[in-house]
Amino acid sequence: MNNAGILIIDDEIQIRKLLEITLLSNDYKVSLASTAKEGLMMAANHPPDLILLDLGLPDESGHSLLLRLREWFKKPILILSVQSSEQDIVQALDNGANDYLCKPFRTGELLARIRSALRSGSTEETSNIIDCGELQIDLVARTVKRNQDFLKLTLTEYNLLALFAKNEGKVLTHQYLLRQVWGPSYANESQYLRVFIAQLRKKIEKDANQPKYIVTESGVGYRFIAKNS
Amino acid sequence: MATIPLLKNEKKRQYIISIGLILFVTGVCYPFSILMGYKVVALLLLLVVSVNAMFFDILPVLLAALLSALIWNFFFIPPKFTFAIRNTEDLLMFFMYFIVALVNAALTYRIRQMEKLANKREEKENTLKLYNTLLNSLSHELRTPISTIIGATDNLQIENQKLSPQNRSELLGEISKAALRLNIQVENLLNMSRLESGFVQAKRDWCDVNELIYNVINNVKENEKARNISVEIAENMPLCQLDYGLMEQVLYNLLRNAVLYVPATEEILISASFSINYLIIKVEDNGNGFPEKEISHVFDKFYRLKNSNTGGTGLGLSIAKGFVEAHNGTISLTNKASGGASFCITIPTKTSNLHNFTDE
Repeated sequence: MNNAGILIIDDEIQIRKLLEITLLSNDYKVSLASTAKEGLMMAANHPPDLILLDLGLPDESGHSLLLRLREWFKKPILILSVQSSEQDIVQALDNGANDYLCKPFRTGELLARIRSALRSGSTEETSNIIDCGELQIDLVARTVKRNQDFLKLTLTEYNLLALFAKNEGKVLTHQYLLRQVWGPSYANESQYLRVFIAQLRKKIEKDANQPKYIVTESGVGYRFIAKNS
Repeated sequence: MATIPLLKNEKKRQYIISIGLILFVTGVCYPFSILMGYKVVALLLLLVVSVNAMFFDILPVLLAALLSALIWNFFFIPPKFTFAIRNTEDLLMFFMYFIVALVNAALTYRIRQMEKLANKREEKENTLKLYNTLLNSLSHELRTPISTIIGATDNLQIENQKLSPQNRSELLGEISKAALRLNIQVENLLNMSRLESGFVQAKRDWCDVNELIYNVINNVKENEKARNISVEIAENMPLCQLDYGLMEQVLYNLLRNAVLYVPATEEILISASFSINYLIIKVEDNGNGFPEKEISHVFDKFYRLKNSNTGGTGLGLSIAKGFVEAHNGTISLTNKASGGASFCITIPTKTSNLHNFTDE
C-alpha cells in the first residue's frame, strides 16, 4: 500500500534530503517542511497519510506541535528523536505519537516502522482472529492457541496479550499498559507489568529469554511483533 | 549557592577563634601578670598571633595582632587600664610588638599563598597530561572512521572506471562500518560529559533483572560478535529498583569488553544474585586477566592498558563505574585465582518478590 503521502518535518536539511530520497525510492509521495509553522500549514492544506516529526524544531518544540496536530490529525505520527532521551520519547508517545525512531536510525528500520504504522492505521478490526504464526489470538472467544494447543492464560495475561495484539507493531509505554490493563490508579505500579510480561513470555515465547513477540524497548515500553521475517 | 553561606560561616569561625584565643590567653595571664612580668605576656600573645597565622586568613590574623597589641597596652603595660605609656622603653616595645605581629601575620600568609599556587600548578599539569592523552586517543578514534568515510566517498564520487562493482560495495561497507564506529564513540563521549557535568541521576523503576541481562546479551551478540555467554541468575530473583537504561549501558560495556578482549576459546559468565536490599551482578571470564599493576587504573577516564591494541577510547569502564555510582553502588575488578578477570557490581536496591503478584 505504497503511494501513501508522507510529510517530513525536520529542520536539518541533510536529514530531509536523506529521508526524501529514501522514501521516494520506495514509492511514497513526499512533502517537506523545515519549521513547525510550515509543517502545520502543509499538514492542514494537504493532509498526508503519515507524518515524520522531529522533536527538535527551531520555532516550536516538537512536543507542542504534536499536541496541536493531534487536535485534528488522526493518522499516524512517527517521532524522530536523538538517542538517550527516553523521557522525551515517552512523553511524545503519551501525547499521541504512534512510534519513534532514534537518530541515527537504519533505513530498514525506518521503512519497517512506516509500513507498520500505515498498516495499523488502515485495518479497522477486520478480523476477530489475529494470526501471528505459531500464535493465534481469538478476540471474540477470548482464547489463545500456540501450535494448535490452547494456552492457559490468566485473565490479566489475556488482557495484556489482547491489548498488544490489537496494537501490533506499535510501541506501548509502561504507563499506557498499566492504565489499560490494571486501571488508572495503577499507572505507576510498574512491578505488576514486569511480573506479568515475564509470565506471559514464558507461555507464548519459544524462548522467554529471546522474546520474538513481546520485544523490550529500553526505558520506554514494549512492542508486539506478530510476523517475524 | 550553598557554598557562600558556608564560606561566610567559616570566616566567622576564624574571627571568633582568633579573637577568642587572644582573650583566653589574656584572661589566663592576667592574674599572674605581676608574677611573670608584662614582657612575658607580650611574648605569649605574640605566640598566639603566630599560631593563628598558620591556620587562618590574613584579616582575622591582622585583627588578632591589633587587638592583642591594644590589650597588652591596656591591661598589662603600666599604668594599667589606660592606653598611655610613660616609659620610653615600653613605648618602643609596644610599637615593636605591633610591627612584629603584623609582619608575622603577613609573612605566614604569603607562604601559604605560594603553597596554594604550587598545588594549583601541579593540578593544572596533571589535567594537561590527562587532556593530552585524551586528545591523542580521541583524535585517533574519531579521525580513523572520518578518514575512511571521506576517502571512500571520494573514491565513489570520482567516476572511476577501474572500480569494480565488488570494490564499490566494499567501499560502501567500510563507510557504514566507520559511521557505526563513530556513533559508538560519540555516544561514549556524550555519556562521559553527562557524567562529568553531574547530570546523570538514576531514575529507578522496577526492573526484571533476568530480562535486563538477556536483553543486553542479545544486543551485544547483535552488534559486536556472536559469542557464547553463560548466564547464572539466582532462583527467585526479585524485581529490583534500577535505572534500566543506565544499567543496560553498564552491562553492555562490561560484556562488550569481554567479548572483544577475552580469547574466543575462553568462557564468559554473567551472574546475578541478591541479598537483603542488594543486587550483585558479576561478569567473569577465564581469559588472561588484567596486569595487577594496572588494576587500580582500569576505571580511570581514558585509561587504556599499556599493551592493548588500538581501538577504544578507554571510556567504557569509567562510564560503567559512573553509572553504577549514580545508583550509589560499587564496581570492582579482581583477577581470579584460577585465571581471568572478575568484575563485581553491588547496588543497593529495594526488592520486590515476584510471587506477591500472581493473580487468580
